[in-house]
Amino acid sequence: MIESFDLTQVNWARAQFALTAMYHWIFVPLTLGLAFLLAFFETIYVRTGLEHWKTITKFWMRLFAVNFAIGVATGIILEFEFGTNWSNYSWMVGDIFGAPLAAEGIFAFFLEATFFAVMFFGWDRVSKRFHLISTWMVAIGSNLSALWILVANGWMQNPVGMAFNPDTARFEMENFWEILFSPVAISKFTHTTSSSFQVAALFVIGISCWFLLKKRHLAVAKRSIVVASVFGLLASGVVAFTGDEGAYTVAQKQPMKLAAIEGIYAGEEGCALCAMGVLNPNMQPGDDDDPYIFAVKLPYVLSILANRDPNSFVPGINDLVYGNPGQGIVGVTDRMDSGKIALDELARYKIARKVGDDQTAEAALALFRQHEDDLGYGFLQKPEEAVPPVALSFYSFRVMVALGTFFPILFIALLFFTMRNKIESQVWLQRLGVLSLFLGYIATQAGWVVAEVGRQPWAIQGLLPVSVARSNLTTATVQTTFFIFLVLFTVLLIAELRIMLKQISIGPEEN
Amino acid sequence: MIGQLDHSVLQVLWWLICSLVGALFIFMTFVQGGQTLLLTTTKDEKAKSLMVNSLGRKWELGFTTLVLFGGALFAAFPLFYASSFGGAYWVWILILLTFVLQAVSYEFRKKPNNPLGPRTHEVFLFINGSVGLLLIGAAIGTFFTGSNFQLNDYNLVSWQHPLRGLEAAFSLFNLSLGLFLVFHARTLGSMYLVNNLIHEDLEGSLRRAAVVNLICSLPFLLYVLGSLLTMDGFAVDPATGQVAMESYKYLHNLLAMPLQGLGFLLVGLVLVVLGVILTTFTTKRSGIWVAGPGTVLVVLALLFTAGYNNTAFYPSKFDLQSSLTIHNASSSHFTLTAMSYIALAVPFVLAYVAYVWRAMDMGKLSSSDISADKGHDFY
Repeated sequence: MIESFDLTQVNWARAQFALTAMYHWIFVPLTLGLAFLLAFFETIYVRTGLEHWKTITKFWMRLFAVNFAIGVATGIILEFEFGTNWSNYSWMVGDIFGAPLAAEGIFAFFLEATFFAVMFFGWDRVSKRFHLISTWMVAIGSNLSALWILVANGWMQNPVGMAFNPDTARFEMENFWEILFSPVAISKFTHTTSSSFQVAALFVIGISCWFLLKKRHLAVAKRSIVVASVFGLLASGVVAFTGDEGAYTVAQKQPMKLAAIEGIYAGEEGCALCAMGVLNPNMQPGDDDDPYIFAVKLPYVLSILANRDPNSFVPGINDLVYGNPGQGIVGVTDRMDSGKIALDELARYKIARKVGDDQTAEAALALFRQHEDDLGYGFLQKPEEAVPPVALSFYSFRVMVALGTFFPILFIALLFFTMRNKIESQVWLQRLGVLSLFLGYIATQAGWVVAEVGRQPWAIQGLLPVSVARSNLTTATVQTTFFIFLVLFTVLLIAELRIMLKQISIGPEEN
Repeated sequence: MIGQLDHSVLQVLWWLICSLVGALFIFMTFVQGGQTLLLTTTKDEKAKSLMVNSLGRKWELGFTTLVLFGGALFAAFPLFYASSFGGAYWVWILILLTFVLQAVSYEFRKKPNNPLGPRTHEVFLFINGSVGLLLIGAAIGTFFTGSNFQLNDYNLVSWQHPLRGLEAAFSLFNLSLGLFLVFHARTLGSMYLVNNLIHEDLEGSLRRAAVVNLICSLPFLLYVLGSLLTMDGFAVDPATGQVAMESYKYLHNLLAMPLQGLGFLLVGLVLVVLGVILTTFTTKRSGIWVAGPGTVLVVLALLFTAGYNNTAFYPSKFDLQSSLTIHNASSSHFTLTAMSYIALAVPFVLAYVAYVWRAMDMGKLSSSDISADKGHDFY
């Protein structure tokens, strides 16, 4: 199928996609959450008629618009990069993956684009009620957009509702609803959006706390903190619940990712969760050493999280790579052999069809069907390739969880002191609030690192490695575009930050 | 219900839907045209800002239509998406970069503390409206002139030209189509701004710009049409799927589709000219609403000519049999069916877009709308 591939080119393509995605994800979580916060602020304004809520709404809306523009700019690159840098992927799974992208355009992008103009420019042009509806439409539209792209991402992590068609040499959709309502997709959507709500709440809190530290716009700051803290606290509950669901689905559908996240090499029953620790950097698949230099473990917790059973077996990297017959685990080594049979039989089938040899084609197809579940493993050169970067997955996960645990405590503290009208004297909390703005971004980026690095080497879990999904480009070509994007996005980010900081320094237009 | 339709019917339907989205995008390039007019129509900063604010209320719609065009092609014709984007790499990357520049420029242009300054963003907008559209035109031109790619037995593409798609811009036909799009967008942009703004000095310049840009676009249009009617085309044998060159193929296609081919093309062109006449030689402001639908009809005619009547819409001149047709490049029957149900939302989307457009544009935009006492609600 693929004669040869240049791993360097693949790695540059991965780097380019990661660069675009990570830049994009600086702006998107704020859009997702701040859109709802704007809707809340404006709803309060419309219901109470109090002008200061309009002032609050318009201030945050200005920051929303600056952030939104650059989110859109990086988003278009991301959509088309599936084609430019992953063209084999685009063909092999385009029949399934393209549909959510098109649905995103129809259902979500037009809502956002159409009502954004009303929300931003329509204060004097449409009625109060219509303006409020427009703000809600932007919030719903941006989150609907997240739904479709995360359904697509969820499908890549857990490919369901499709079958391989050997005649077209691609995967084809068989059940739309199974893809849309896949537990992985649902958990991805709910966890990602709710954590984005936290980021937006922290953004509002961070800037409001800065106003408090500077003794400026105190009323705007305090009102904003109350609404953002309530929103953030509610979102934190959803984040915790969906995080637990996410861990369960990862354990069931992507056990290698779980093993990497936990740094487990030898699986065990009644498996403990490493709450915090330091990995042994010399550990390699197949080693029997202790994977941790230091670890604080919670007994049985990982077995409970992974299988809802404290005594259940959680496989480690060695079990998954080399197999564990006692636990009924077929290793990557065996699956590679099976995958190579699938690839050979697919090639035999294609040749037989070309020359009209129906009998050979039928026999090859039958054998292919027996091994097609291991198709992706046939592309691997050695079993250890199936192991994602362990340290990056392990530490990113702990950063995400630690910060995710801290945020609700912060929201409660802020609410407590603001409601008791003592926030102005709590300088330590105001400073912590400003710092947490950045922590929110670190947490959400770490979450994506866990999700995407943890599933390497697969573009489509178990079916299509990134080395095959790539476009047929030279390394120099991809390197060039990588640096073009790096420079462009960085320049735009610097411009955005300077504009944003100026807008914050100008502050709300209070009478 | 839709699932009972034949696969080939769904393929025809989806080429229609993609063509419609593409045609609406070309209509929306009045935004790009307006962006290039910024540097040539006025030196008055307030007038310029008025133009930016008028265009700024619409740029996202055009942008979104382009994104939907890409998404719809991905979903309905994934082999085109994979072959063209992964193959003609540089042409698409450059197009995308110009749209990145557009996306930030409206919001950032006048914002204080912006290290790039307003002039840089005006240049960005000009690049998007000129280079971006030129390359889009060149890319669309390859629907008729062909590209340099080959597909293997697994439908994976390898591009056979070192310029990776940029070679399209060196074909006179493609280049002419690109330049036509640039000047046509300026024509549309002038008419849109005449319709949307109240500004005495600008109005006169814009009304003149409509006819000047129409005249500038004519040589390129005539070359494109002349070539199209006389060139060999990439014909598909419906029985075997084999692709072969056919003399006057696109003329045959236009004649074979008297309504949606030749009819749309002629009526569309007449409407565009009529829109310009209304704008330049009368006091009416509605030229855009005549030339706009005209543009949609012309683009539909061109895309129908490229894709229907047993024609390869994305032909390979390197290997004829690698050429893409709406039948061999499409998604499965199941996916096209599912997508068709999703597409039932399109009329609803168009309805609310039209409603909001009307609600926002009921009152024309004037200098008082972007005065300092309006706070920061403008670009």
